[in-house]
Amino acid sequence: MPAQSRLAAIALALTLPAAPLLAQGMDPAAAAINARQSHMVLQQTFLMPLGGMAQGQIEYDAETAAAAAANLAAVSSVDPRFYFPEGTSSADMEGTKALPAIWENPEGFAEAWAALATASTALAEVAGDGPEALQGAFGAVGAACGGCHRSFRQSE
Amino acid sequence: MRRALLVIGALALIGAGAAWALSAPERLPAAQLAGLSGDAEAGAYSFAAAGCANCHMAPDTVPGEAPALAGGQAFASPFGTFRAPNISSDPEAGIGTWTEAEIVQAMMRGVTPEGRHLYPAFPYASYAKGDLQTAFDIAAYLKTLPASATPSQPHEVGFPFNIRRALGLWKRLYLTEAPVLTGELTAEVARGRVLVETLAHCGECHTPRGPLGGTDTSRWLAGAPLPGGEGNVPNITPAALTWSEDQIAEYLASGFTPEFDTAGGAMVEVIQSTSQLTPEDRLAIAAYLKAVPGVE
Repeated sequence: MPAQSRLAAIALALTLPAAPLLAQGMDPAAAAINARQSHMVLQQTFLMPLGGMAQGQIEYDAETAAAAAANLAAVSSVDPRFYFPEGTSSADMEGTKALPAIWENPEGFAEAWAALATASTALAEVAGDGPEALQGAFGAVGAACGGCHRSFRQSE
Repeated sequence: MRRALLVIGALALIGAGAAWALSAPERLPAAQLAGLSGDAEAGAYSFAAAGCANCHMAPDTVPGEAPALAGGQAFASPFGTFRAPNISSDPEAGIGTWTEAEIVQAMMRGVTPEGRHLYPAFPYASYAKGDLQTAFDIAAYLKTLPASATPSQPHEVGFPFNIRRALGLWKRLYLTEAPVLTGELTAEVARGRVLVETLAHCGECHTPRGPLGGTDTSRWLAGAPLPGGEGNVPNITPAALTWSEDQIAEYLASGFTPEFDTAGGAMVEVIQSTSQLTPEDRLAIAAYLKAVPGVE
């Protein structure tokens, strides 16, 4: 799907109710929050070895770097529409930092979300080429994380 | 009876007169500024450290482009919503006609060239602790930035906070050149103090405020409610911030916490500023944060 229409589809999906999960007898809100928080933990899992190498805290290893970056690129490319059903913002319930801005500005959110897929895909292409290449592409990954947390995640 | 009324009336007049006198805008003495002029190149670094653009850039500024400081961003507070003004070099909409000394008076005393008080949403209570040359350097750098003709928008502040004159009394309570952290400091912690207390004005968000909006220095950097939003600005005293100095410096460079979570909220823009500092300055900030008293 072209990037533009994919973003539009994600933005549209954010306005839909969580009917499919209801059909399975799960609490759809809790399931969605669990899923999106797990998504963040997964990303952190791959960021840790990458960041440790980029920051010089652990020794660079090409194979580890390439594998972690490939995983990060795969996870961050997941379509987020199932994570954010209506009524699951930090204003609606406890236990989530997802700000109402996600639903109020769906295009902006879809764009900020997609920025990490772009940055981590670029990282995956070079992460195995040496520590300088990893470092060079890692900054954009951090910027993408911050770019979404800036307006869409509640502070502490 | 009549006499008592006269006495009360006279006292009220004296009181009002005193309040009027005490609330007058006070500038730095002209003699102190005489002969000083700014170095724009040095000012560029301090401008980045102070994060001026984070508040004064237009809301639609493209990251990475030289910001036109057109203003317009809104800052909610218990006293109303403040809007960052246009401080670009435009002579009409911005401050292009102000001299460097006039800009310094605004930065360090919160007074405009016309003699009006500025609201302390502009962190002049932090900049007041700084040195004049740095302020002149920033003023000189501001003059090199592009002009924007976008008019400043009015603050949305209700009575009684819309009485600007009363800010003179606020300044008597909260505007001081004295640093918060005192005592014997290493050169690194002293440099960190300049960055944290003055330029980067960390205390403006990380320190709780009293009912009149002044920072409560007995709880310096101990965290505060997020102004105008849900959530909190974290406690960054040693009682809560247990990261090593290297980890703090790394966070200020990349935005990543030691667990590879990232900064959020307005801290994202602060990181954009601190990432432009030298590694030594980021470590100085970290050293200072380890030197302040821990507050639970």
